[in-house]
Amino acid sequence: MLYPIVWSLWMSFQVGKGMNLSFGGFANIVRLTKDPVFLRALGNTFTFFIFQVPIMIVLALLFAVALNDSTLRFRGFFRTAIFLPCVTSLIAYSTVFKSMFATDGIFNQALMAIHVIGGPIAWLGDPFWAKVSIILAITWRWTGYNMIFYLAALQNIDRSIYEAARIDGVPAWARFRYLTIPMLKPVILFTTVISTIGTLQLFDEVYNFTAGNGGPSDSTVTLSLYIYNLTFKFMPSFGYSATVSWVIVVLVGILSFLQFLIARDRRTS
Amino acid sequence: MTVTSMTTGHVDRAAARSRMSANPWGLIRRGLVYVLLSIAAFVSIFPFFWMIVGATNTSADIIKGKATFGSALVANVSTFFAQVDVLRIFWNSGFIAVVATALTLIVSSLAGYGFEMFRSRVRERVFALLLLLLSIPFAAMMVPLFVMFSQAKMVNTFAAVILPTVASIFIIFYFRQATKAFPTELRDAARIDGLKEWQIFLYVYLPVMRSTYAAATIIVFMNNWNNYLWPLIVLQTAENKTITLILSGLTSAYTPDYGMILFGTVLATLPTLVIFFLLQRRFVEGMLGAVK
Repeated sequence: MLYPIVWSLWMSFQVGKGMNLSFGGFANIVRLTKDPVFLRALGNTFTFFIFQVPIMIVLALLFAVALNDSTLRFRGFFRTAIFLPCVTSLIAYSTVFKSMFATDGIFNQALMAIHVIGGPIAWLGDPFWAKVSIILAITWRWTGYNMIFYLAALQNIDRSIYEAARIDGVPAWARFRYLTIPMLKPVILFTTVISTIGTLQLFDEVYNFTAGNGGPSDSTVTLSLYIYNLTFKFMPSFGYSATVSWVIVVLVGILSFLQFLIARDRRTS
Repeated sequence: MTVTSMTTGHVDRAAARSRMSANPWGLIRRGLVYVLLSIAAFVSIFPFFWMIVGATNTSADIIKGKATFGSALVANVSTFFAQVDVLRIFWNSGFIAVVATALTLIVSSLAGYGFEMFRSRVRERVFALLLLLLSIPFAAMMVPLFVMFSQAKMVNTFAAVILPTVASIFIIFYFRQATKAFPTELRDAARIDGLKEWQIFLYVYLPVMRSTYAAATIIVFMNNWNNYLWPLIVLQTAENKTITLILSGLTSAYTPDYGMILFGTVLATLPTLVIFFLLQRRFVEGMLGAVK
């Protein structure tokens, strides 16, 4: 495990094509700041992260809390249905979504039928909507997965605490805010970190939605896709692609650290 | 007030339901919950329905959004079988997924058991290091791993696909968390009865933790069956490719034949669906044990 990691760190300081590598100091880092595709990929990855992770976490929490009510009918059905997207492979579901997002496809027809949009949207042909479709697809695939973690954690909370709060007249949203959220904090932190790592490494969906090029016009290219293209598509430059990989490592490190800090702040206040 | 509320804490379902219906706001809220969950369930299930319907339609109908069963199933099946060596590809995917799942469960559950059961001064430090490694994205290791396997002349072998997935830190972490709930009295009793450590693991730990194993099996099998990026890199000849690679190849065509592809996705999704429904009852139990 450690060996490839150390090696890739060493390689991120090498320059050259193919296997002809030589030590280049900070040349790769300088190249990063001048590489338009890298900057695009960085921006796109952040866009996916900033919109997708919060939407998914909030939805998953909402479903978990709703499903944790033991008086609810059809709980088993709802739970299985919402978890079901997780069993599909990333490739299978992105193919299914790609066919649903076709310009004359079912998705546009449904939206036009309920008058949300006036005319068809070119979901995968427009830089903005291509990002939206990818966010929608990922949210579909992973919400149930996160929900299961919350559901498992919720079932460990002693019900009498809620009963006590209810009888003391604490309204539902306050029970959620001051009882559920604090008690779920370790799990929320765990899923947020895992989702952050997942989103920063986004590859399969984008590769499949856009036939491998991150189009239209680089609007959906992600860091992982760029690394793959640098290594296996373009003239291979292992050193530079290793540098881009370490950008992801540093980002994950910083973001996880921030998330830990936020979680701790809330505890003390 | 709080004292009485604690003693009346456990209200049975019928009482809770009648109190709900007595309160109009509770009734409305309840209705909203059902609406929300029904929408969520519909949105979750619809793509599955779409996939199955799509397998019976022509590509032209699919991109026109036809959501009723068509008559192109036979044509789609025969195109799929003509273009893809189905048996071979499913054998590849199945072999990789089953072997990788078995190895991962053995290695990771032993590691998780060891981390929790044996005290050592460096234990927590090694574990913290592992968690740190969990945050290193696969993309960072992809290139060195590829160079390593190509130097070992193992590119384009199943072993190259399986080996990097076996020591899954996530699953080790999961097993360690679940092992915290394993009663140590059981282990101590077994030790007093003279069982060796491997016997305790095999005959005491394994049966007690079967829910944990079931949940881990679902997760690991799905990950391996659906794995894409790493096989895409190491598997290079057509006869070694897995079903996900084949589907992705078919989709990236300029005008993909969706009817045939959606039939392929139905086939590719079936094994994970079957495993999920077989083990589902134990799944939530297993997750419950780990989050405690």
